[in-house]
Amino acid sequence: MKALVWHGKEDIRCDAVTDPRIEDPRDAIVRVTSCAICGSDLHLFHNFIPAMLPGDIMGHEMMGEVVEVGSGVNGQLKKGERIVIPFTIICGECEQCRRGNFSVCETTNRKKHLAEKVFGHPTAGLFGYTHLTGGYPGGQAEYVRVPFADKTHIKVPEGLSDEQVLFLGDILPTGWQAAVQCDIQPDDTVAIWGCGPVGQMAIRSAILLGAAQVIAIDRLPERLDMAEAAGAVTINFDEESVIERLNELTDGKGPEKCIDAVGMESYVSPWQPDTIYDRAKQMLMLESDRPHVLREMIYVCRPAGVISVPGVYGGLIDKFPMGLAMNKGLTFRMGQTHVNRWTDDLLRRIEEGQIDPSFVITHTARLEDGPEMYKVFRDKQDSCVKVVLKP
Amino acid sequence: MGYLSNISRSEGDPKVVHPGRSSLGGVDRLVRALGWFSLGLGLAELLAPRQFTRALGMPGQEMLVRSYGLREIGSGVLSLSPDKTTGLWSRVGGDALDVLTLAAAYRADNPKRDNVALALAAVAGIMVLDLIGAQGVTGRHRRASGERRRYSDRSGFPQGVQSARGAARRDFRTPADMQAAPATAALPNGGDLAASTG
Ligand SMILES: NC(=O)c1ccc[n+]([C@@H]2O[C@H](COP(=O)([O-])OP(=O)(O)OC[C@H]3O[C@@H](n4cnc5c(N)ncnc54)[C@H](O)[C@@H]3O)[C@@H](O)[C@H]2O)c1
Ligand SMILES: [Zn+2]
Ligand SMILES: [Zn+2]
Repeated sequence: MKALVWHGKEDIRCDAVTDPRIEDPRDAIVRVTSCAICGSDLHLFHNFIPAMLPGDIMGHEMMGEVVEVGSGVNGQLKKGERIVIPFTIICGECEQCRRGNFSVCETTNRKKHLAEKVFGHPTAGLFGYTHLTGGYPGGQAEYVRVPFADKTHIKVPEGLSDEQVLFLGDILPTGWQAAVQCDIQPDDTVAIWGCGPVGQMAIRSAILLGAAQVIAIDRLPERLDMAEAAGAVTINFDEESVIERLNELTDGKGPEKCIDAVGMESYVSPWQPDTIYDRAKQMLMLESDRPHVLREMIYVCRPAGVISVPGVYGGLIDKFPMGLAMNKGLTFRMGQTHVNRWTDDLLRRIEEGQIDPSFVITHTARLEDGPEMYKVFRDKQDSCVKVVLKP
Repeated sequence: MGYLSNISRSEGDPKVVHPGRSSLGGVDRLVRALGWFSLGLGLAELLAPRQFTRALGMPGQEMLVRSYGLREIGSGVLSLSPDKTTGLWSRVGGDALDVLTLAAAYRADNPKRDNVALALAAVAGIMVLDLIGAQGVTGRHRRASGERRRYSDRSGFPQGVQSARGAARRDFRTPADMQAAPATAALPNGGDLAASTG
């Protein structure tokens, strides 16, 4: 089959690879009908996430048709069913899964020893990601093997298109959890850094959850356009001071809730000198991430507020204003998304027409064009916001 | 193809049979080669500056050569990073500096004048490659200016923004482990301080 394979920094190729095979009774094989490129894939593309190996298949946003099931799937999934695959692989039985903390499932990471050494404790297995999270082959491919398939799936009802449901596997629940963990109150201002696909979903979620004011921050006009379309007030950080504008918009109090939908690769510019400092340290391998957004959020957040971090961080950060955070009494909530905790509810909202996540798709291409689309998405060319690939 | 990394894969994992088209373009590969060249030359200048000053008839200029070595290493690292456009243009600037330095050494009284001429020719050659690389990556990775698409009709709310505001409040409660109610909610009398103290 064909698949998008990681070969090294900025080197993703559409290779011919062997077909995946069932190796455990709980496995299923899915023929992928749609998959997408995520902002997290860009961190891998830039080789900022440790423990990727040449030959790793990319992709953790995918859906398709079940073509084969192992004997242990026990009728939970049948051949011919159409499913979205959550990017977090879950067993559904361990203590964390039973609490709904799916992204830290204690069972599914098949490289536990490696993960334990680095993280202290293993977290859930993820598709198309580092070997620290199991190194499971991803879904930017014609077929994908789904481990623990009896639990790791979201069934799709008739009548909804791939484009409407595909994002149930990652960015829609990610934006939703980012907003939910802010515990939004009707008089809250929610400020969201980053208007990429995750930021866009977080904006819609904050609107649905009834924030008085949603403020979206980015520098790309087309993405700010899209944010405004959903009712957000926008700040272009290339043109205005984020801190000044946020204080202005909140009568000097600062936003109660702040969401970081940017993560470790904050844009580098001379107007934000700390980003140059971080970039230099990153190149000397003295720091792994550029935490400009975290610093800004902590500074501007209203005391006793909440900092919600769906943006991915890879390792060690520097000049983290812990004193500010502590004295202001801020609450931090973060993590890879507990996808299946939210998907039943979100699927219902899609069916009822409360939200239609397909708005974010700006580019659709063949799987063979994947390598080129990585470049287009990374370089923000052609007003690209979200790429869907059709194997 | 036998990837060494296949030892970390399980039996049922797909393995590469033959590689296909890459996200790296021709110019990206040229730039990568120039990046490695920069690192190599930079290390040589940093570690063995005397070899350079001797060959070019520039005794006593070791510190200058060392500092150029650091510059080369910086450009090299940048050229190999996602910010390669900046890296390549910094190489072009560095080439210009090299040319100026060598031109100054190309004096009639320099016994190594011929070597200097050779070095000048080499730098000129590299500079051409650097220019091709710099212009190439700038073009390949640039956001086209001017034309952009408008997304102001993409609300994502089939029933409109107005009816979406707060729509989920009707049937959604923040789970207990994610609540962060305002500090006042923890006080008796819903935060009415006068009532609770009086
Ligand atoms: N927690 C999870 O489970 C989860 C799931 C999916 C994605 N993610 C992460 O979410 C983040 C965003 O993903 P995406 O797909 O939207 O990526 P993206 O790269 O398309 O979007 C990032 C956006 O942030 C903007 N940005 C950069 N620097 C900024 C700054 N200083 N201030 C404001 N905006 C800035 C960029 O212009 C861009 O539009 C990534 O880190 C990704 O890894 C996390
Ligand atoms: Zn993702
Ligand atoms: Zn589990």
